[in-house]
Amino acid sequence: MAQVSFDGVTKRFGETTAVNDLTLWIPDGELLVLLGSSGCGKTTALRLVAGLEEITEGTVSIGERVVNDVDPKDRDVAMVFQSYALYPHLSVAKNIEFPLRQRGVAKDERAAKVKRAAETLGLGQLLGRKPAQLSGGQRQRVALARAIVREPTVFLMDEPLSNLDAALRVQTRADIVELQSRLKTTTLYVTHDQVEAMTMGHRIAVMSEGRLQQVAAPEDLYAKPTNVFVAHFLGSPGMNLVEGMLVENGPPDASGGGGSGSGTLCVAFAGASVPLPPEVADAVRGSGPDVVLGLRPEALHLSPDGVIAASVIIVELLGAETHVICHTETGARIIVRQGAGAAKPGIGAAVRIAVDPDPQTYHLFDATTGDRLAGP
Amino acid sequence: MTATSAPVEPAPAPRPAPRDSRGLRTRLRKEAALAYVLLVPALVLFGVFSFYPFLRNFKLMLYETPPVPGLPAHYVGLHQILPTITSTQFTQSLVTTIIFVILVVPISLLLGLALAVAAHRKLKGMAVYRVIFSSTVVSSVAVASVVFGTLLNPVVGLLPWLGINPTPPALENTTWALPSVALITIWQFLGLSFIIMSAGLQSVPDELLEAARIDGAGSWTRFWRMTVPLLSPTIFFAVVVSTIYAFQAFGAVDILIGNQNAVRLHTNVLIYNILNTLQIESNPGAAAIMATVLFLIILGLTLLQLRFLERRVNYAR
Repeated sequence: MAQVSFDGVTKRFGETTAVNDLTLWIPDGELLVLLGSSGCGKTTALRLVAGLEEITEGTVSIGERVVNDVDPKDRDVAMVFQSYALYPHLSVAKNIEFPLRQRGVAKDERAAKVKRAAETLGLGQLLGRKPAQLSGGQRQRVALARAIVREPTVFLMDEPLSNLDAALRVQTRADIVELQSRLKTTTLYVTHDQVEAMTMGHRIAVMSEGRLQQVAAPEDLYAKPTNVFVAHFLGSPGMNLVEGMLVENGPPDASGGGGSGSGTLCVAFAGASVPLPPEVADAVRGSGPDVVLGLRPEALHLSPDGVIAASVIIVELLGAETHVICHTETGARIIVRQGAGAAKPGIGAAVRIAVDPDPQTYHLFDATTGDRLAGP
Repeated sequence: MTATSAPVEPAPAPRPAPRDSRGLRTRLRKEAALAYVLLVPALVLFGVFSFYPFLRNFKLMLYETPPVPGLPAHYVGLHQILPTITSTQFTQSLVTTIIFVILVVPISLLLGLALAVAAHRKLKGMAVYRVIFSSTVVSSVAVASVVFGTLLNPVVGLLPWLGINPTPPALENTTWALPSVALITIWQFLGLSFIIMSAGLQSVPDELLEAARIDGAGSWTRFWRMTVPLLSPTIFFAVVVSTIYAFQAFGAVDILIGNQNAVRLHTNVLIYNILNTLQIESNPGAAAIMATVLFLIILGLTLLQLRFLERRVNYAR
């Protein structure tokens, strides 16, 4: 058991910087998900921990030990590869046994450990088979068994579910979470799938273009994305992001609520002006004026008295919910998530989109930097 | 079952079936006709240069040519087969060939593998080495033989310069003539061996070696427990192919030793012996028998290769 820490880690391949000044601490026993689109440097970061790539700058530590110059075999980590990397010429049993053999574990002990790992992952019947004779899911479990068998201090998993079909992925996702919580082994889990990240990670580290964008617990990441990238990356469908301007006293407020003297702060864009709740307005007053307003699809609904005018482009039925994809007058794309009971608009229909009044609904970002403006 | 047989009992199948299948048959026949037309050039070439000589060879085996020139060959059936393949000349030639194969194949393959492993690393300028290592495959036997003949020359060659001066000179020495010819052949095979081994190494996934590295395997273990087993189909292929080639070695012997000395210097490899039997001794019958033995050896090796290639399927990931 050990913590893992990155301290100012940079990795360059020639001209390309794959990981840029990464500082990240993973406490003992945590399952941290490294999330990002392909090419964001998440796999490279994982390989730096494994020792498969040399660190250009900074240090990686496992436990108290800096491992920059430690050979992979001496780091006491186990890795599950996306392709599983099973040894095709060895049987399942020999595959699982291989790391023990290399470490000079006695024969009887090896047999016992292989048996236990195989039972843990339900591979008892398959020990004599070759990897080519296994299904994708079975191969995946052999790869996991080979990782857990020698009880390493850190698990490194590089998109281990991406080669499985959807149903099996959901199942295996839960299995890995269960296994990790039982073994309490520090785990770095790389994925590009935000659903996997949200459901599995104790914390999620979002990366983009080699840089760490934000690291937080899934619910915090979802509630308070630090910039537009994180805001859009998490959630399915992602957050709606609309460019606008902070304007004092947008439309004349018929209810006459502007008794504070400062008026209502609104985000205005072509065809609409979205008034901000007072808490949000107080927090962001003075910023901008160019901002990006972020609204999650589930915080929107279609209503005749909505503040945003739009036309319906596509309606996606998903059973339990419906995604209504609209374009505003300027062509900005807004997705509204509706419950199963809501009326479905026809394609091309002119609609008005209303925003939930909950202050948590409103995410405001600086239009130039993309960073979150101070908010509730 | 095809639709050609007339329906004897009332067919439960819907009516339009025969009509459709007739259309289909016409189309298939047309396609087949086109295929044969397209095959004609290849068939003509193979027929003239491979199939006909191959069949003719079996006929030649049955006729004995009298030692006196000018007399016609006469039919002897299978009677000359046993004396030919038990003759000292043939058995010695076979032994010479086997020694030659044993000298050439393992060394050229091991060297090829070593070079391939060395060139597999991702280092700057490695492409230049790859070109150099594989270049011997495009050099002609004649050129290689002349170059090596010069290197082995007792006066101007490399050997005397190195202080090695066997008497008689290497290419006229009963002990050194065959190894010298083998050396040239090894050099020539090295390019092919390097290319085959390099291709094999490319097919070993990096992730597998990385997984082994994390699992605790050092570079030596990774090579012997991962690379070599995964390369075994390639190695086997290379062994069979180069053995087949080595059995047919001819050029270097002809150019460096010549038919005057081949027997005396124990370099009378099978193909050379066949040629001498045919041309010098004017004995096509015996030559045909020897050629058939060589054919059977190569056929056996080929079948072995095919069987192994089937097993290879198990290694697919």
